[in-house]
Amino acid sequence: MGMTMSQKILAAHAGLESVKAGQLIDAELDMVLGNDITTPVAVKEFEKAGFSCLRCPERVSMVMDHFTPNKDIKAAEQVKTVRTFANKYGVENFFDVGRMGIEHALLPEQGLVGAGDLVIGADSHTCTYGALGAFSTGVGSTDMAAGMMSNKCWFKAPSAIKFMLKNKPAEYICGKDVILHIIGLIGVDGALYKSMEFCGDGVKYLSIDDRFTICNMAIEAGAKNGIFPVDEVTREYLNGRFKREIRAFEADPDAEYERVIEVDMSKLKPTVSFPHLPENTKTPEQWGDVKIDQVVIGSCTNGHISDLRIAADILKGKKVAKGVRCIVIPATNTIWKQAMHEGLFDIFIDAGAVVSTPTCGPCLGGHMGILAAGERAVATTNRNFVGRMGHVESEVYLASPYVAAASAVAGKLASPADVL
Amino acid sequence: MKVRGTVFRYKSDVDTDVIIPARYLNTTSEAELASHCMEDIDKEFVKKVKKGDIIVAEDNFGCGSSREHAPIAIKASGISLVIANSFARIFYRNSINIGLPILECPEAVKNIKAGDVVSCDLSKGEIVNETTGQTFHAEPFPDFIQNIIDKGGLIASIKAGK
Repeated sequence: MGMTMSQKILAAHAGLESVKAGQLIDAELDMVLGNDITTPVAVKEFEKAGFSCLRCPERVSMVMDHFTPNKDIKAAEQVKTVRTFANKYGVENFFDVGRMGIEHALLPEQGLVGAGDLVIGADSHTCTYGALGAFSTGVGSTDMAAGMMSNKCWFKAPSAIKFMLKNKPAEYICGKDVILHIIGLIGVDGALYKSMEFCGDGVKYLSIDDRFTICNMAIEAGAKNGIFPVDEVTREYLNGRFKREIRAFEADPDAEYERVIEVDMSKLKPTVSFPHLPENTKTPEQWGDVKIDQVVIGSCTNGHISDLRIAADILKGKKVAKGVRCIVIPATNTIWKQAMHEGLFDIFIDAGAVVSTPTCGPCLGGHMGILAAGERAVATTNRNFVGRMGHVESEVYLASPYVAAASAVAGKLASPADVL
Repeated sequence: MKVRGTVFRYKSDVDTDVIIPARYLNTTSEAELASHCMEDIDKEFVKKVKKGDIIVAEDNFGCGSSREHAPIAIKASGISLVIANSFARIFYRNSINIGLPILECPEAVKNIKAGDVVSCDLSKGEIVNETTGQTFHAEPFPDFIQNIIDKGGLIASIKAGK
């Protein structure tokens, strides 16, 4: 029996010829990631255990992105804990304010993760790097501590679901609609413990940013990882950026999949997840009249340059509706600078939106745009759980940057066709 | 190890944001995290929970974020065991790594109500609903994982040389 792409990467890192679904393995890691929320817990575990060094400090990254620039004294203390640890143990990839960005946009941008890698991160959206052909998955702080000490991690090799993406996406459809559609189809535990392997003739139409968005939300279907094949789009992104050699793994022709699901991207409609689960997806004819108070365009899911360009295309020459607060958050400093030079900030500010420093901020109800009781937001983020962006009686509607920007103009949930 | 306590009952897809909201993630203090455990889904939980009590939930318990603060908050609140039909994978991993006992047992989930008194022999996976007298058996963990549990968590098992 052949192996899936994910299984091949695991086998290669475990020094094995092959692995089967369900097999428990110990594997060498290419990168171990933590952020300002999860790293302090890892540091505590690391020090409690009496470990004295990191096996490969160059394979550890710490990104201070969730509550930064530090939102309060406790957050400042947490970052200080991590900063002190990074200095003590020689972690060069420590990203603080001024160097930081949202971790899952920053690590690929800095060339720290790439094709063929095995990556763990103490952040559930670590699955994002599957877009580059890596096996990448979220873990907790204790796994991070063990990973820093040993540069290894235990895995149960997953089975997989294959998604055949067909045709060119319809107008105003991007990676976000594809993944929300899929989560609506299979549910928030539809891929529990499994790999989501994306392939098909439609892949070539998806930009690297679209692929980041799709893999980013694999966890919202319960998946262990999401992964794309390595093609010209991947190589173009990695060339001159990725610090290691590209290793392009391919699924065997006789690889076993639990399910094969076809998605015709030319037939997709703008898709929105209604509160309070990402699986509650609806298309425009089902939306009804949903008045909104806030729009957030950003996050590890949709804070890339192409997402900001989409939002600017919609907002150009228009105004954010009265009573709506529109917050734009470029995911990294590089993206911020690029958006500024492209004139996107003029468009946002003239429209009545605000541009924030890179931060996870409001996505998880941290800071920079918290909702009051009864308020509603359309957000390009990844979770709409109860209380996710603030008060337990607030609501989050997950959408693409097209829909988020259109909604900002309309003052209610709207598709781009409604405002252009 | 044997545990015994009164059951708190929850439905499917209990996410880590309701187990411990992100607004409290600016601390690593176990006691402080426990004081907000389940706050956004069940305000009564922290008032009622006693040492040894047990959580029983349906599918996909612990979905969402990788925050280890979630199983830490549950464990520090006094909960001795979580039984569910299924767990989200990062929560499953984190629970084993920090030594919060968890069991997957759909039969038990079907036949245990809120307020029932339940006991469990963790090493055998034998769950007894003392209120109704029924007994259920959870699937045993693979040896590899049982070894981590027996050693008292991932770090302890690494220090013991596995």
